[in-house]
Amino acid sequence: MKKTIFLLAVVLFLTSIVRAEGPIKPGDAATDFTLKSVKGDMISLSDFGDAKGFIIVFTSNVCPVAKKYEERVIDLHKEFGLKGYPVVAINSNDAGVSPGDSYEEMKKVASVRGYSFQYLRDESQNVARLYGATNTPHVYILSKKDGYLKVEYVGAIDNNADDASKADKKYVADAVHALLKGENVPVTATKAVGCSLKWRQAK
Amino acid sequence: MKSGKILITFSVLSAFFFGQETSGQKIEYIKVPDLEKILSNQENKLLVVNLWATWCAPCVKELPAFEKAAGEYNQSKVRFIMISLDFPSQIETQLKPFLRKNKISLKVSVMMDTDYNSWIDKVDPTWEGNIPSTLFLNNSKKTRYFHSGELSESELKKLINQFI
Repeated sequence: MKKTIFLLAVVLFLTSIVRAEGPIKPGDAATDFTLKSVKGDMISLSDFGDAKGFIIVFTSNVCPVAKKYEERVIDLHKEFGLKGYPVVAINSNDAGVSPGDSYEEMKKVASVRGYSFQYLRDESQNVARLYGATNTPHVYILSKKDGYLKVEYVGAIDNNADDASKADKKYVADAVHALLKGENVPVTATKAVGCSLKWRQAK
Repeated sequence: MKSGKILITFSVLSAFFFGQETSGQKIEYIKVPDLEKILSNQENKLLVVNLWATWCAPCVKELPAFEKAAGEYNQSKVRFIMISLDFPSQIETQLKPFLRKNKISLKVSVMMDTDYNSWIDKVDPTWEGNIPSTLFLNNSKKTRYFHSGELSESELKKLINQFI
């Protein structure tokens, strides 16, 4: 019996890996990861004991759209971090293609700009592949229930990259507000113009 | 007769001056209905719709290939539509100086509707909003091919030759 349960667990685990391959969509299970932070620590989502979920932001130091949103990402963490939805920023851009996105540059940006959220380096680009990130910035809101991570929202931060004050649809803030109230996320997926993720070139 | 001649002289002259003045800055501003018009065009002609911005390095890198191709293909068979996604606040400070400096002769259509989620899928449902991306379209022949990512000159020509 124990053996059967064990085998079942293995099968479930393997299916979850296979499922995680294409881009993940709202409603899907999300997979945890371990990445190096700008402070040098290895960080996993399971390290955030009391988090109710996460605002994962695939971003870049140099992408002009990501830079337009930088202040708004800082504000999201200020607004929702203590309420249980911290921002976890991930830089997956290859430093060979985009030198401004190297780990050293990330450390500088995080310190100069005073990031209070985790800023992680996805050197192998595996996490971007796992989540199906294509752009920067590209947001995935996850909720955590009984240790399981579920994708609640995929897409843009709001509907005006150019001017935050003109954004009248605040997708991420609205989604987290809904989750905090135990409600369904009103808009679960959006698209936005952004920089393409800088994949490592085949040699 | 005389007035006709004057008119011709005038239009030649004005075309000359207009062309001089606007070389590198032929801009039109578009919104979603204009985009829909482009996408539903029924002419028997290949439309090459490039989505780009001056802030996007790979877009800027592939731009000369489009300029060159536009000069080489017959305009009655291929039309290039360069849709700029530059931020509306940077048209005067960034886009126009860029077009002037780089002597871009292709007309540029600046998308003024920045509520991206409301129109990205109209361009192509598979488009994630990343640029550069290029749509090859001929509705009268039911041709539709969407390419996401940078194109080299030879890749661009290969695709045009395939769909023309």
